[in-house]
Amino acid sequence: MRALAWHGRHDVRMDTVPDPEIINPRDCIIKVTATAICGSDLHLYDGFIPTMQSGDILGHEFMGEVVETGAKSTLKKGQKVVVPFTIACGSCYHCGKHQYSACDNGLPADNQDIAQTLYGQPMSGLFGYSHMTGGYAGGQAEYVRVPFSDFGPIVIPEGIDDEKVLFLSDILPTGWQAAEYAEIEPGDTVAVWGCGPVGLFAVQSAFLMGAERVIAIDHFPHRLELAKKFGAETINFEDSSVYDALMEMTGGIGPDAVIDSVGLEAHGFFVDNVIDQIKKSTFLGTDRIHSIRQAIYACRKGGRVSMPAVYGGFVDKFPLGAFMEKGLTLKTGQTHVQHYLPGLLAAILEEKVDTTFLISHRLGLEDAPKGYKMFHDNQNEVTKVVLKPGQTI
Amino acid sequence: MADTQSKTAGDDAPLTASKHSSAAVDAATDGLVEARGDALVGRAVTINRPRAELYAYFRDFANLPNFMDNIERVDVQDATRSHWVVKAPAGRTVEWDSTITDEVEGEYFVWASEPGADIANSGRIEFRDAGARGTVVTATLLYDPPGGVVGKLIAKLFQREPAIQARRDLRRFKQLMETGEVATAASTRAQFEEDHK
Repeated sequence: MRALAWHGRHDVRMDTVPDPEIINPRDCIIKVTATAICGSDLHLYDGFIPTMQSGDILGHEFMGEVVETGAKSTLKKGQKVVVPFTIACGSCYHCGKHQYSACDNGLPADNQDIAQTLYGQPMSGLFGYSHMTGGYAGGQAEYVRVPFSDFGPIVIPEGIDDEKVLFLSDILPTGWQAAEYAEIEPGDTVAVWGCGPVGLFAVQSAFLMGAERVIAIDHFPHRLELAKKFGAETINFEDSSVYDALMEMTGGIGPDAVIDSVGLEAHGFFVDNVIDQIKKSTFLGTDRIHSIRQAIYACRKGGRVSMPAVYGGFVDKFPLGAFMEKGLTLKTGQTHVQHYLPGLLAAILEEKVDTTFLISHRLGLEDAPKGYKMFHDNQNEVTKVVLKPGQTI
Repeated sequence: MADTQSKTAGDDAPLTASKHSSAAVDAATDGLVEARGDALVGRAVTINRPRAELYAYFRDFANLPNFMDNIERVDVQDATRSHWVVKAPAGRTVEWDSTITDEVEGEYFVWASEPGADIANSGRIEFRDAGARGTVVTATLLYDPPGGVVGKLIAKLFQREPAIQARRDLRRFKQLMETGEVATAASTRAQFEEDHK
């Protein structure tokens, strides 16, 4: 089959590789009908994520048609499914608590050592996202082997357009969980850093959860426009001081909840960012955390900090004092995708949530390397690239 | 019988976490009946299944290759004796005869290798109820590294070192018992075979 493989920093290619096969009884094989490039794929593209190997197949946002099933799979050939990016077994203690991204069994035993050393305990497996998360082949390919297919994937009713449901795989539940973690109360003002897909879905979700005002922060005008369409007020951090603006806009209180959906590659020319970047490039390695610093500083006393943004390592100058003195609460983590799927699929089918507005570019799978470059080079216009195997677009 | 989970003095941490290795080996030996080496490994894992089920599966040594990656086979000879063939670095195998020296069904069993073993070893597997979380399985293993310290270093380089293996084997046991299968990222059967050589 054809698949998008990582070969190094800014080097992804379409390779011909063997078709995947059923290995374990709970597996299924799907023929991918749609897959997307995620903002976090750019972290891989930019070489920020360790334990990548040349030839790794990328992609963790994908859906497709079931073409083969293992003896214990409950899926049927021909069914259309969306696959969660987190690989969870459904039967361990953490799955029992719906903490699916903390599943004990999604990660192969040999791959658990790295995460255990780095984080204390290993997390669940992820598709197409380095060997620390399992080394599973991803979905930017014609076919994918899906473990625990009797538990994770959600079956999509016939006749629903792929583009309406594809983002159930990651970014929609991630934006929703981010808003849920902000513990929004009626009348609240919520500030969202980063108007990428997760940030934009967090804006939508925050309103659905009863936020009175949502303030969206970015420097890409087009992305701020999209946030405005959902009713958000906007701050362009290149034109305005974010802290000053937030304090004025909230009558000197600060936002009740803040959401960081930027993560370890925060943009912007700020002193702390430049220092973080120099350290990263000289292997004194820390994540670039400008957005979460600013969010903590701006958040009102006793407020909530929700952090869907991806961080991988250690940080410098984390404002622990402000965090403690103001009595903030932080909730974060990889998304427990499986927990949100039934509710969010229903919300899509009832047209309470729209996700298609996000798609700016549609390409055939063969054009995936071009898609990465476009997404990387023009994040203002390119909000989401969807790849469709077997189609020339 | 001394319990390898408890300490004689100091704190409540398990012996296998001790920074004083020879004292820990001495204390563990009390619970292992016979010492067969001076390298101590201990690992605990919580498995979301009933104690009796876990004990029965583990105690049937013919099942061990299903989750212990470096065991080629175990020939069960009678209720207490078995012959082990284990993969070693560089495509070699090591063998030994092993005897169960103590056992309480559903709770623990203790084994020791017979004289003439390629790697002398002894150990204890213990099963304790953990309420709603299932069962805590603890493996304590004493072994004589092949070729002493150098052998241990070489084994570590080839990732067949018992300390690494024990941790991974227990994770695989947990996966098999909780999910009915052992997780693998292999995409093809050929790749799966290659990974399990």
